[in-house]
Amino acid sequence: MANVTLRNVRKTYPGGFEAIKGVNVDVGDGQFCVLVGPSGCGKSTLLRMVAGLETISSGEIDIGGRIVNQIEPADRDIAMVFQNYALYPHMSVYNNMAYGLRNRGMAEAEVKTRVEEAARVLELAPMLERKPRQLSGGQRQRVAMGRAIVRQPKVFLFDEPLSNLDAKLRIAMRVEIRKLQRRLNTTSIYVTHDQLEAMTLADILVVMNGGQVEQIGNPLDIYQKPATTFVASFIGAPPMNLMPLGSDELKSQIAGPDGAGILGIRPEDFVLSSETVSGGVALDLTVEAIEHVGAETFVYGSRQRAEQGVAANPGELPPGEVIVRVPGATGPAIGERIRALAPRDKLHLFTADGRKRVG
Amino acid sequence: MVEEEGIRRYVAHIILWIGIAIVAFPVYIAIIASTQDNAAIANGQMSLLPGGHFFETYYQTLFVGTSGSTREPVLNMMLNSLIMAMMIAVGKIAISIISAYGIVYFRFPFRMPIFWIIFITLMLPVEVRIYPTYKIVADLHLLDSYAGLSLPLIASATATLLFRQFFMTVPDELLEASRIDGAGPFRFFWDTLLPLSRTNMAALFVILFILGWNQYLWPLLITTRDDMQTIQVGIRKMITTTDALTEWPVVMATALLAMLPPIFVVVAMQKLFVRGLVETEK
Amino acid sequence: MEKQSVFQSKLLPYALVAPQLAIVLIFFYWPAVQAVIQSFLLQDAFGLSTTFVWFENYLELFKDAAYFEAIVRTFAFSFAIAFSSLSFALLLAVMADKPLRGVTLYRTLLIWPYAVAPPVVGVLFIFMLHPSLGVLSRYLRALGVDWNPLLNGDQAALLIILAAAWKQISYNFLFFLAGLQAIPKSVFEAAAIDGARPMRRFWTVTFPLLSPTIFFLLVINIVYAFFETFGIIDTMTRGGPGKSTETLVYKVYSDGLLGGNLGSSAAQSVILMVIVIVLTGIQFRFVERKVTY
Repeated sequence: MANVTLRNVRKTYPGGFEAIKGVNVDVGDGQFCVLVGPSGCGKSTLLRMVAGLETISSGEIDIGGRIVNQIEPADRDIAMVFQNYALYPHMSVYNNMAYGLRNRGMAEAEVKTRVEEAARVLELAPMLERKPRQLSGGQRQRVAMGRAIVRQPKVFLFDEPLSNLDAKLRIAMRVEIRKLQRRLNTTSIYVTHDQLEAMTLADILVVMNGGQVEQIGNPLDIYQKPATTFVASFIGAPPMNLMPLGSDELKSQIAGPDGAGILGIRPEDFVLSSETVSGGVALDLTVEAIEHVGAETFVYGSRQRAEQGVAANPGELPPGEVIVRVPGATGPAIGERIRALAPRDKLHLFTADGRKRVG
Repeated sequence: MVEEEGIRRYVAHIILWIGIAIVAFPVYIAIIASTQDNAAIANGQMSLLPGGHFFETYYQTLFVGTSGSTREPVLNMMLNSLIMAMMIAVGKIAISIISAYGIVYFRFPFRMPIFWIIFITLMLPVEVRIYPTYKIVADLHLLDSYAGLSLPLIASATATLLFRQFFMTVPDELLEASRIDGAGPFRFFWDTLLPLSRTNMAALFVILFILGWNQYLWPLLITTRDDMQTIQVGIRKMITTTDALTEWPVVMATALLAMLPPIFVVVAMQKLFVRGLVETEK
Repeated sequence: MEKQSVFQSKLLPYALVAPQLAIVLIFFYWPAVQAVIQSFLLQDAFGLSTTFVWFENYLELFKDAAYFEAIVRTFAFSFAIAFSSLSFALLLAVMADKPLRGVTLYRTLLIWPYAVAPPVVGVLFIFMLHPSLGVLSRYLRALGVDWNPLLNGDQAALLIILAAAWKQISYNFLFFLAGLQAIPKSVFEAAAIDGARPMRRFWTVTFPLLSPTIFFLLVINIVYAFFETFGIIDTMTRGGPGKSTETLVYKVYSDGLLGGNLGSSAAQSVILMVIVIVLTGIQFRFVERKVTY
């Protein structure tokens, strides 16, 4: 059981490329921390630095009160689940799990107990003598998990462990991983690019972009109060609508704080109505497209007086387009003109550069 | 396709069988000759059907040798060939796999120069440097020894390149997982890399064994004692005497015994053989 | 291409490459350097003194008509062996590539000659075609051919080419078959629908698509003919009659050992090295092309 603390951690490659630009994260004992961000944001590099597979250019990594910067991966008391599982193809499932224990000189009886216990938990008992190539993707994933848990390490590290599975299995395994982690109560760091996985798994969510931390916190807090427009549009699907507060109708509707340059509204915070709400925002839209998902309907509308949108963020809509979520299967028809309302307390306001939340 | 049916198919079968017959004919003649009486052969009256001297000829060949020229039992020659081929195959695989491991899995000063020094040896077969090599082997007092027979033929980069190529395809995560599992360079090599290389090693072994067994020029130069002769050298010495004295049934039996082990390897381990052949020529 | 994950160790990697490096330096580089040095030296008839003679050994060689003949002969042998072996193997491979039953059996029955050593090939062929006792010579004489490869240089050359080509059939067959099987069947089907008859399909589709394999095998066969034929020549003709079957490698051997002319033999070795390096260079260039093909 241990905390993991990253203090001003940096990674600069020999070519001069700075992959991690000073990261501070504190993961409490038994917490499940998820690093999320688009590809190339440095989340995997950071995880590999915790594992000891990448050197640390500057800063400190502390696992359970011990600075591990110079310690070999094997001696950090961590276990890791790889994206491609990295199972030893020539060893049976049993030996794959037992290998790390035997290397540490554990008595064979204890090895057996631990492997069998892990196999029972992960429902791998019937396939202990098989080779990895005789297993399905989900089973391999479980062996990789088993290899991590038999070690009973201080920290689990997961590097996109579910990204090679199909959609259904991914959801099932996601739930399993969370249940398992709760039961073992082992501190975990988990890397993913899938914001849904991040939201559902995390105790602490770390949103990264360009080698830096954008925001750290409880997933719901981050969802409700994103610190930057990057976080606002990365977390949540479909993404938050971001609109510049120029000199158009929006500006006149909001008596926002000084410095606010961008308005954000989540699709589900709109109500379709012809009324006006005091302090809120009303948008007049022409319906361009409708997506029926069953339980909800997404309405894509274009604003009548469109202005230039906010600069490139992941999942962003074309300028002037707004997504509105309507519950149920009914919605307006294409070409219809509608009015979408959002109350004052559902508005997110950011500075014009998107780097800071102002209200 | 439709036109592949019918007559064209029979033509293909017939052509293939003719090809097989042409390829097999010299060996068929050798088998026949090894069962016949030397006098009939020397007269040019050899029958194309098996004769009755099978056991007699092979007993003499294996355990006695020719009555004239070398008088060395062929069994002994085969043993020499076997030892040489095994030393070449095993030795080359052993030194190549560890040097490829060093070059691929470590970073150290002069790594690339060392790689190139080894790589360049690919270009030159032993035939173009025989006399200087002979002199060095003589200076090292390795003439008429198994070490002298095999060491100069081990000095080549094919196997090193093959292993390097294979190691590059082993996912990095396997090394990382091993490091987290507490395995150092020795453990990783022994527990993971070596077992994964098994098929490649076997394929390479098949090829190297055949190449080693079939060496001719080098053993011809450095063996002077009859009891160190390999079978390829021995068979040549059997026909050096005037034609009339050549014991053709024994020569043919020796030829068949010389080709038996490598052919057995090719046919029995065909998959590995084909794989090895393709890999080493890449 | 480089590994991203490596081990950290100062001495271990040197220990790992040391055995190979030692063998390569002692048995490869040292002799190669010796060959180059030797090629600049001249030894007197008794081996008592040597003098440094610059390029005299090389100049002697190029003035020597016999050496030129050996070069021409070697290349002629190479092309003759390559051509006959390649065409026969291609015919068989094209037949075996058809959807026939028993293709594995055919393959097995055609690949084993690869395993037969060159001197053994020589013994088999000289026995078959020996002027006085060869089984085939009887029929040749019956046909009115004055067959005596031990006295007739052209017939000796033909015998060498036949034997060497025979041994190489299996190798070429294997690579042709692999090359043919790598061509997608849909290409043939498209050509058939475009109205190309089987023979035309072979020359307009199969052959061009197979050309990388053909070129690769051509180089391999030439290198083979240069070096591996030594055993065949040595058991069958010893370079004779006269010098009609003496190739470059055989000449290095006989001039060095039998003639004792080490300087000239070394100069010949160096020239051979250059030829091999050029051939290997061509092959590597080609391999690069194959990757992008």
